[in-house]
Amino acid sequence: MSKREGPVIFSEIKPLTGLRKALEMSGEAVLEVIKSSNLKGRGGAGFPTGLKWGFAASDSDEHKYVVCNADEGEPGTFKDRVLLSEYPLLMLEGMVIAGYVIGADRGYVYLRGEYKGLKKELERVISEMRENKALGEDILGKKGFNFDIEIKMGAGAYICGEETALIESMEGQRGEPRNRPPFPVNTGFLGFPTVVNNVETMSVVPHILVKGADWFKAIGTEKSAGTKILSVSGDCVKPGVYEVPFGMTVEEVLKMVGAEDTKAVQVGGASGVCVGKDEFGREISFEDLPTGGSFIILNSGRNLLDMVKNFLEFFNEESCGQCTPCREGVPVLIEGLELIKKEECNERYLKDLFSLCETLQCSSKCGLGQSAPNAFVSVLDKFKDEYKLSTKIKKETVFNGQ
Amino acid sequence: MGKFCSMKKVVKKDGKEVVVCDDIRSYLLEELQEIQEKEGFISDENMQKTADKFKIHPVEVYSVVTFYSFLTIEKKGRNVIRVSSCMPCEMKGSEGIVEVFEKKLGIKCGETTDDGNFTLEKTSCIGMCDKAPAVLVNDELVGPVEIGDVDKILDRLK
Ligand SMILES: Cc1cc2nc3c(=O)[nH]c(=O)nc-3n(C[C@H](O)[C@H](O)[C@H](O)COP(=O)(O)O)c2cc1C
Ligand code: FES
Repeated sequence: MSKREGPVIFSEIKPLTGLRKALEMSGEAVLEVIKSSNLKGRGGAGFPTGLKWGFAASDSDEHKYVVCNADEGEPGTFKDRVLLSEYPLLMLEGMVIAGYVIGADRGYVYLRGEYKGLKKELERVISEMRENKALGEDILGKKGFNFDIEIKMGAGAYICGEETALIESMEGQRGEPRNRPPFPVNTGFLGFPTVVNNVETMSVVPHILVKGADWFKAIGTEKSAGTKILSVSGDCVKPGVYEVPFGMTVEEVLKMVGAEDTKAVQVGGASGVCVGKDEFGREISFEDLPTGGSFIILNSGRNLLDMVKNFLEFFNEESCGQCTPCREGVPVLIEGLELIKKEECNERYLKDLFSLCETLQCSSKCGLGQSAPNAFVSVLDKFKDEYKLSTKIKKETVFNGQ
Repeated sequence: MGKFCSMKKVVKKDGKEVVVCDDIRSYLLEELQEIQEKEGFISDENMQKTADKFKIHPVEVYSVVTFYSFLTIEKKGRNVIRVSSCMPCEMKGSEGIVEVFEKKLGIKCGETTDDGNFTLEKTSCIGMCDKAPAVLVNDELVGPVEIGDVDKILDRLK
């Protein structure tokens, strides 16, 4: 099956063996395997998957849901597109296993509108699974275990990747994030316990069941078990999708993809951070440099302020407008950046902008606003050669209208 | 409404028995997506019809329609061309691609041709950054798009 190569997801596995293995065990035993494997969410937040499933499993509601987050919208991320189009069965199998563990009989794939072209093939795989009794009633002969999967399409909103916004959207509402707690594991889709996991997280699960938690833990670092699938783009010879063990350094990745003359790497997409040469020794892992997988490489000819502007405009466009810091703050940052580019921003105002960034980071309602200033802060803080401040005191030294 | 309520059962929630069907409302987006695909937009009339069907106020339908960028209250062209303008695509010249589309179609970004055949838009990342610059042509992800490819893309759709 493997066309690509990698230590975990892209390694050899026979179709449905993970699910078969799971069904030989009790749900609790499968949960123990996932817990002891140290698997953490690959969608960005890195929450331990076993813990998440455990919460949902122990909820007393009889009715539960499994949702796979295929809304991949973070700029510079495309690994889920590859998994969905080349390894769809792995993800679907992972979802059935999740259903078995938590006691759900229904799963949804929330597929971003931009990936509508992938829907047909996914549906074909789903109906093939039904024919093979890997979906439906008494799955693979396991009496009483019923599970089915349906695809729900997004409609072009980045924020719907946030799990509570995703659930709102699935319910036919505007995709505005909910307050948490309560968390989806207790109060999710239609108010029922719901496990939401990223495509990559789901796709790891069958491998862990077949090959064991110890095998999985042996890959990666002590605190970050397994691998991360990177989406590499920008200035390099071989952009694309790579599965690498946690612990690989930025430098090693650059070498692997044929990047020369690199000035900086934006790790984690628009909501990630920008790292320069002095940080190329940092390791991709939850404890050092966490990432959803986006790796945008910029060579020495690139202007980092242009990148920050591009990202801020992205957030401005995608903000759901629900909370004030995010809705009002991002435009002020864009104006500020314009001033900086024109060398009309002085030190005092830059300080004000940084404090605005802090406000966004700590008081926005959801992860979008909280991470919107990340690129701004990391570029202006670490790449001081990229811009010149003005020494003049101008009226812009106070926030417009404040 | 055959597809609605594909699953229905009685379950206990917080000790009480409740009937769950995959709640009708949760099919609203799907319904609107179908209308958008057929009509190219969601008219006032269709909003009212949808509201009646789902037993909600038309304002609620409006609020949902205006939230999602793939649902619109203005009529779109039969073909929608969305050029990714996120960083990886910008680095590989997406601006230039937009300009060529604008010239060939005789419209600005965000506009629709007079014959109603094409709408041109910029969009956020479409998950094709390894094949930048990338374009979403209706439902199809295309990339990398070179300036010379623009004619081919348009000819196919004319
Ligand atoms: C603004 C925003 C966008 C997000 N987009 C995605 C996404 O596209 N895909 C995804 O899997 N998780 C996304 N997340 C994270 C989800 O909220 C959630 O943590 C994740 O789906 C959980 O799955 P995991 O534990 O397997 O990572 C996003 C979060 C935020 C705040
Ligand atoms: S930035 Fe263009 S597809 Fe990702």
